Amino acid sequence: MTSLQMPKVQQSILSSKDKIISELKKILNSNNILSHEDEIRPYETDALAAYKQKPLLVVLPETVEQVSEILKYCNDNRIKVVPRGAGTGLSGGALPLADCVLLSMGKFNKILEIDYKNRCVVAQPCVTNLAITHAVQDNKFYYAPDPSSQLACSIGGNVAENSGGIHSLKYGATTNNLLGIQVVLMDGTITRFGGKTLDSEGYDLLGLMTGSEGLLGVITEVTVKILRSPEVARAALIGFSTIEDAGKCVSEIIAKGIIPAGMEIMDKALTKATNDYSKAGYPVDAEAMMIVELDGTEAEVSELIKRVEDIANKNKCSSIKISKSDEERLKFWIGRKAAFPACGDLAPDYMCMDGSIPRGKLAEVLKEIKRLSEKYSLPVANAFHAGDGNLHPLIMFNANDSEQLRKTEEFGSEILKYCVKVGGALTGEHGVGIEKRELMCEAFNDTDIRQQIDIKVALDPNSLLNPGKVFPILRKCAEEGRVHVHGGKTKFPDIPRF
Amino acid sequence: MSMEEKQNFQTFQDFSSLVLKPNREETIADIVKYCYKKNIPLEICGLGSKKNIGRNFQSQKTLDLSNYSGIIKYEPEELYIKVKSGTSIKEIKEVLEKKNQQLAFEPTDFGPLFDGKNNEGTIGGVLSCNFAGPRRFKVGSARDHILGFKGVNGKGEIIKSGGTVVKNVTGYDLSKVITGSFGTLSVFTEISIKVLPKPDLTKTLVIENPHLKKGLEYLNAALASSSDPSGAVFYPEYFRNQFTFNDLTTEGPITAIRIEGSKLSIDERIKQLLNELAINQKEVSILEPEQSNIFWENTRCLKVFTNLKNDLLRAIVPASETFDLINKLKPYNIKYFIDWGGNLVWLQIDELNSNILNEIKSIVKNFGGYLTAIKVEESLKATIDIFTIDDVKYKISEKIKKSFDPKRILNPGKMYTGI
Repeated sequence: MTSLQMPKVQQSILSSKDKIISELKKILNSNNILSHEDEIRPYETDALAAYKQKPLLVVLPETVEQVSEILKYCNDNRIKVVPRGAGTGLSGGALPLADCVLLSMGKFNKILEIDYKNRCVVAQPCVTNLAITHAVQDNKFYYAPDPSSQLACSIGGNVAENSGGIHSLKYGATTNNLLGIQVVLMDGTITRFGGKTLDSEGYDLLGLMTGSEGLLGVITEVTVKILRSPEVARAALIGFSTIEDAGKCVSEIIAKGIIPAGMEIMDKALTKATNDYSKAGYPVDAEAMMIVELDGTEAEVSELIKRVEDIANKNKCSSIKISKSDEERLKFWIGRKAAFPACGDLAPDYMCMDGSIPRGKLAEVLKEIKRLSEKYSLPVANAFHAGDGNLHPLIMFNANDSEQLRKTEEFGSEILKYCVKVGGALTGEHGVGIEKRELMCEAFNDTDIRQQIDIKVALDPNSLLNPGKVFPILRKCAEEGRVHVHGGKTKFPDIPRF
Repeated sequence: MSMEEKQNFQTFQDFSSLVLKPNREETIADIVKYCYKKNIPLEICGLGSKKNIGRNFQSQKTLDLSNYSGIIKYEPEELYIKVKSGTSIKEIKEVLEKKNQQLAFEPTDFGPLFDGKNNEGTIGGVLSCNFAGPRRFKVGSARDHILGFKGVNGKGEIIKSGGTVVKNVTGYDLSKVITGSFGTLSVFTEISIKVLPKPDLTKTLVIENPHLKKGLEYLNAALASSSDPSGAVFYPEYFRNQFTFNDLTTEGPITAIRIEGSKLSIDERIKQLLNELAINQKEVSILEPEQSNIFWENTRCLKVFTNLKNDLLRAIVPASETFDLINKLKPYNIKYFIDWGGNLVWLQIDELNSNILNEIKSIVKNFGGYLTAIKVEESLKATIDIFTIDDVKYKISEKIKKSFDPKRILNPGKMYTGI
């Protein structure tokens, strides 16, 4: 682990571990409190596995009342709490703190209601994303947001991170497919935002909670929209001999008024890696490979795919293949969906970045990434949700080599700064977590961040819920010369920091 | 005003008038900062199209943003437009039209209701109120289309969140919190909003059907079908004579479903929808594109309530509850129409008083929904709650308000007493 700074560990909390356990036993069955080193080890990291830290202890509540009582107890006794779903997050949002109670939602794993009349599903937060689709697919419905970890990631975690996926261009991210949540605030208050209605009255607290990375409340129930599965889906697999041509093709498809269900680009390195891994039949000589998926009715899809084909030809594509069956379409996606494991084959570790950029800047940004890759002598492969401008460079390195990890972090930061520079965002769908915390100063000034912290403090005055995430811990920001520090004072000195 | 204040205030000379119409962001910030220091409550407005919605409250000055207007950047291929908050929807639509794009959420036009003529207001107003039109169930409302904003909080500080790209989870999604907050948290200055291609064509299927229950079943089945409708509305028979279209050959109430897309696709989907709803050609009229557009435009603009003398309420419930809701409300002498495929009920009501309003509110709440009083008599406004809120959410909202506007100077009391 590198020099990542986390909130100061409270020795008094560490030394009261036994007392805390005995108090929590009044709330929970003792089987649901884990404190032995071997029991808590599985919780020491999430999918940002370069960072590890064991929590003080782990609790596994089974009811919303227990969640409320745990939070209230921790709030009253100033104990930090880190909530955790399936632990698949890529930005370290569920990384424990040494003196925290890790609140695992693992036992909240049931679908509570399938309501076809209102086309929604009510689920507990640790139901996996894909399980929702599985529960309704026989009736020809599905849940649209599909992060690539959908087999394992939890729906509550999706809400906390506002997860996207391949289909978010046409169908939106989690926030656009969420109708309601039940949530517990740090002081133990249980409440609901939204429900089964479209929009909710008053401040959009549902929208605020979505993507708040577990800092504002613990989600205990989720109501999501389900959509009728499209009748037909067809994909085009298109090769280009330059990235520029692929980029132009994307822009033209959009400009012509076509909104595909998915539009993905992989660079040559990733095309080759994924093809070797999954034998998907990709055009491995192409500099860029694009998958465009259209869905709808038969006539609509046939018409649109023809138009996409014409646009691709006009933009000098080097190869084009249209799926003739659903089997073939899924085969096109197999490689793309295996991008992570395929990179795992190329290097001991990889770090997946998550910048957003204007679609038209793709070629420019990839050129810069190539330059940086040479500068840091670290190989990189790129996957790109081209439709919505979300870029995932995968930097390959060896985490056992601390110098390489440091270089990887720097390389990653430089990519993200560049994304912001061209008009994009630090994170498109993975969240800030600990990973991009210090980069927040690239996107926001002090006042912007202060306003966000004011909201945090309004709902969690002692900053006990998932502290150390999202907001910069100032010193580093200041050291890098981006923040003006007066007389050695830290930024936001009046908010509690632990 | 002290010398120092005057200097800070140099971007804005004339503070003496009651209505302040700044045309620069710094001036907007200066005005709010000054009002923050002096505890001066401000009413925020644009073109006044939704001024009547919300509670009456005391303000000393009006901050009118209609002079702060203009397109900052429009990138059709990136599917966004960035505008100053006082820009009129009309202007934005004209610009988008040239590139065959649109604001897909079809903001509700309250002009006909309050004033007998169209007034779509400004983009800042549309987002502050978050009222979306018929396409809501398919594409989301205003809050689903905002990508980012700059604004001035109640301390006079310029803040921002989001950006111009669709995928962005950097920090809290403040754009959503500000959207629908009726100007009580921040003054919008710049707004980046998602735009989408206009469909090639639109046609509307009107089903001959005399019954509300059956009508709601059709709407629900259409929304659950693979025909991907983008509008689904029910007008009872008493509104029938407001729709005189040559293409409209059916009698009685109007059960209408809109299909949009390319010509080929529309015709196929309409055919398919008839199949799925198990109805034959004879029981339907098809509104061809031109008439279809007018029909939905009228729906979006609440045309049936033009110059309405009575009060108007807006109830949102899960679609499964709409039939029982309407039945339960019959004793109140209502007229209604149903939008969003059954999820939204516009209720015209005679002789509203605070007791009746509270009864209706509680009925709607029991069906899992909420009620907003859109148009009520001035005399009644002082004694009723326009919006609904429970105690827990009130406490949370109060804290959120304080974090943006600690001295409660931005539209104080517009939504709730004390907020």
